[in-house]
Amino acid sequence: MPLDAPLPDVDLRADYWSLRFVEEQASQYAVRHNVPLPLAVTTDRGVMASVHADGGYGYAATGDTSAQGVRAALQRAAARARVTAHTGLIDSRRLPRPAARGEYASPALAVAGPTPREWYDLLAAECAAATRDPRIVDSEAGVEVRTATHRLVTSTGGDVVQRYRFLLPRLTVTAHAGGVTQSRSLDGFRGICQQGGAEILARFGFVGAGTRIAAEAIELLTAPECPRGSMDVLLMPDQMILQIHESIGHPLELDRILGDERNFAGTSFVTLDMFGSYRYGSPLLDVSFDPTRGEELATYAFDDEGTPAEKAYLIRDGILVRPLGGATSQMRARLPGVAASRADSWNRPPIDRMANLNLEPKDASLADLVAGIDRGVLMETNRSWSIDDSRNKFQFGCERARVIEHGVIRHVVKNPNYRGVSASFWRSLARVGDATTVQVLGTPHCGKGEPSQIIRVGHASPACVFAGVDVFGGES
Amino acid sequence: MSIEDDFSALVAAVAGARAAGERFTVAFAAEDTDFVRFNRGRVRQSGSVVQRTLTLRLIHGARHATHTLSLTGDVARDVATVRTAMADLRAVLPDLAEDALLLLPDGVRSSREVRDGAVPAAEDAVDAILAAADGLDLVGFYAAGPVWRGFANSEGQHNAYTATTFNLQWSLYHGADKAVRSAYAGFHWDAAQLGARMQQARERLALVARAPRTLAPGRYRAYLAPGALEELTALLCWDAFSGRALQTHQSALDRLQEGAAFDPRVTFVEDTQGGVAPAFQNDGFVRPPRVPLVEHGRLAGSLVSPRTAREFGLVANGANDAESPESLVLEGGDLPAADALTALDTGLAIGNLWYLNYSDRPAGRITGMTRFATFWVEHGRVVAPVNVLRFDDTLYRMLGSNLEALTRETELMLESSTYGARALGSVRLPGMLVKELAFTL
Repeated sequence: MPLDAPLPDVDLRADYWSLRFVEEQASQYAVRHNVPLPLAVTTDRGVMASVHADGGYGYAATGDTSAQGVRAALQRAAARARVTAHTGLIDSRRLPRPAARGEYASPALAVAGPTPREWYDLLAAECAAATRDPRIVDSEAGVEVRTATHRLVTSTGGDVVQRYRFLLPRLTVTAHAGGVTQSRSLDGFRGICQQGGAEILARFGFVGAGTRIAAEAIELLTAPECPRGSMDVLLMPDQMILQIHESIGHPLELDRILGDERNFAGTSFVTLDMFGSYRYGSPLLDVSFDPTRGEELATYAFDDEGTPAEKAYLIRDGILVRPLGGATSQMRARLPGVAASRADSWNRPPIDRMANLNLEPKDASLADLVAGIDRGVLMETNRSWSIDDSRNKFQFGCERARVIEHGVIRHVVKNPNYRGVSASFWRSLARVGDATTVQVLGTPHCGKGEPSQIIRVGHASPACVFAGVDVFGGES
Repeated sequence: MSIEDDFSALVAAVAGARAAGERFTVAFAAEDTDFVRFNRGRVRQSGSVVQRTLTLRLIHGARHATHTLSLTGDVARDVATVRTAMADLRAVLPDLAEDALLLLPDGVRSSREVRDGAVPAAEDAVDAILAAADGLDLVGFYAAGPVWRGFANSEGQHNAYTATTFNLQWSLYHGADKAVRSAYAGFHWDAAQLGARMQQARERLALVARAPRTLAPGRYRAYLAPGALEELTALLCWDAFSGRALQTHQSALDRLQEGAAFDPRVTFVEDTQGGVAPAFQNDGFVRPPRVPLVEHGRLAGSLVSPRTAREFGLVANGANDAESPESLVLEGGDLPAADALTALDTGLAIGNLWYLNYSDRPAGRITGMTRFATFWVEHGRVVAPVNVLRFDDTLYRMLGSNLEALTRETELMLESSTYGARALGSVRLPGMLVKELAFTL
């Protein structure tokens, strides 16, 4: 496979072509309720050929990365480009023809990780610590170790090779007693996901967390319901990332705004004329597309169309500045964007995606944030998310909350939920935490596209306070 | 050689490389798919994907591990790749713990199922779709071609499944978020059927074009079309029918096993014999034709994977690890679908729901949005489209105390998911009339 080898000679009549090779290998280790799950390894390898010809655009993907397979894929893509040229939405002759050359590597890529036996021992210890109380009816400690090499070669001389290692630990427990079930996790279901190696575990206090989250789940069994009413909400980073993702990230995707996703993932309440003037949030709101944090999940040097990735503000001082759109969408919309054209593997074409979408910290410590709340709740760890297809009316739920009264954290409450409307919610952003409150989290499960794609997205956020939020609890 | 022959050759290679005391299972998935994406009545992206994957599990005693591999389609190269993977698994097995929950099928249950189909060349499908939607703001997605699944093991079991299908999902937009969503999916493409469905969608688009109405939060009488119920059951497929989720009290149906009940007219069945999915799962267990899940409002069973069976002393019934239905049926009732709006009288006719999630899972409480064609109806007649609304209500009210009727007719809907690969699931659902549904935003 020509991931690090010369390409075969290509003889193709076309305006432009590219070959995007992907090879990823993942190892899944897990212990569920004190029983090790069998090791599961995945090796995914293939190539997508994309061709611009006669004004059309076509792609062809195959697991056959031999010279013969690559040439055949290019021919299939070219044929598809030609037969659909007369019905195409975009004249491919107007599309950019990048010639990027460069490399990228994840932090500590060459540092060896634990052996399978060491992983299982570590996970078994956390699982055991989480299951000492008989009210814990389920528990799981796991980790996915994934390495990836992506290479993009273009007919214009471009050649980009990017090598990654991702670590995705997870720790969850479920407690049940008296007809009540409550679950806790360490920063959400796969909220912990970064580039790097086993050093990531220490950043999140993974070792020893089993005991803590089990105790918290048991505490929730007898906790009162979250109070109902309009009040201040302090969202911790493991809920902020969901709030950012759903009500800033998705609505700013330029292909949504251009209508591509209206049949599936949805449209956006944001329209093209809003960029440069629309007040998205309070003046405290600064949101960046930031590929510069090495440990963050979606850091890279080039996107899958070959556009160099650079930090850019999407929202500055609360004003909407630019969308999440790659080179193709930028051409369509005549707007500047970011290097956000991404595919989740070799068998899916690039579309506009989030990458690292971060909310910039300000100057309030966590103690300051709490002290400023007269009546409210602190919510942590997302467990439920729902938002309309324009990304406006939302309802989110968390695993755990604590009541705040007169600037002091009081008791724990269960089943915290809140709802709002994106277009007004961010304007109620009242305080933003400082760098000490920031966590670098993300999700490996951002879904979108036809054909559908699940992609890795990073989010870094401080804790934040929102004023006058509609808060409520569970059914009981 | 056919793809089925390729699969057999790979299985033979694995069997030939087996060492003393080793057992194996092999699961195979492949597809040759044409994808076409549309926007604004034009082609946005078009291409094809050829992919084959094989999951090899090597077992020695109670130790086992799996390796899932992309294949090239060249048998000689793929045999070499699979043999390397087998050697890697063999090397790691001694480092792994014995698996107390390993369960493999007793006996050999081989099968072969071919579901023939006829799908057009992608460019012909494009021309037909765009001609039928001439002048309309069509946005949508077409996926078509053959799909293969296979299983084999060291005991000599061999299962093969092939289906050739197409699935066109599209929306006709009036503007902003006002649209009519439609689908045409099956095995044998018929341009006349496409034309008829597009014409129906055009006619409904005229209703969507009326001035929309904004409803205040509150409780409204509602009719949920099968397309709306599909979203509701998709959420339930996440975990609600899982044997393990029920055993660990994490299922949204947990209260059913603690005495609560739905309306007696509610019967859910995993209906493999009436669905599209293969009748075998990835460990080689064969699926019963029907698995009752809820019968007459009472919990009647669950989907049990081999692992869950071993863990909780249950009987495995063909479920994969996720224990999600792949051929779910909600039995119909006695309301003729043609009379649904008359029976609704005044309230909401909901064509589609969107983005459902649990607001209190153990209590079966669900929130979600209306989407696409949702109308305000008065005296059985459509008055106006309705701006999107958020509902937040429990299964026990929707399928229980507030259930007024289920339609007599049910609709088979092929799963359109294409995450990683084309899905082979289906649901068959009626429409549902409820006395009230709680809307909150």
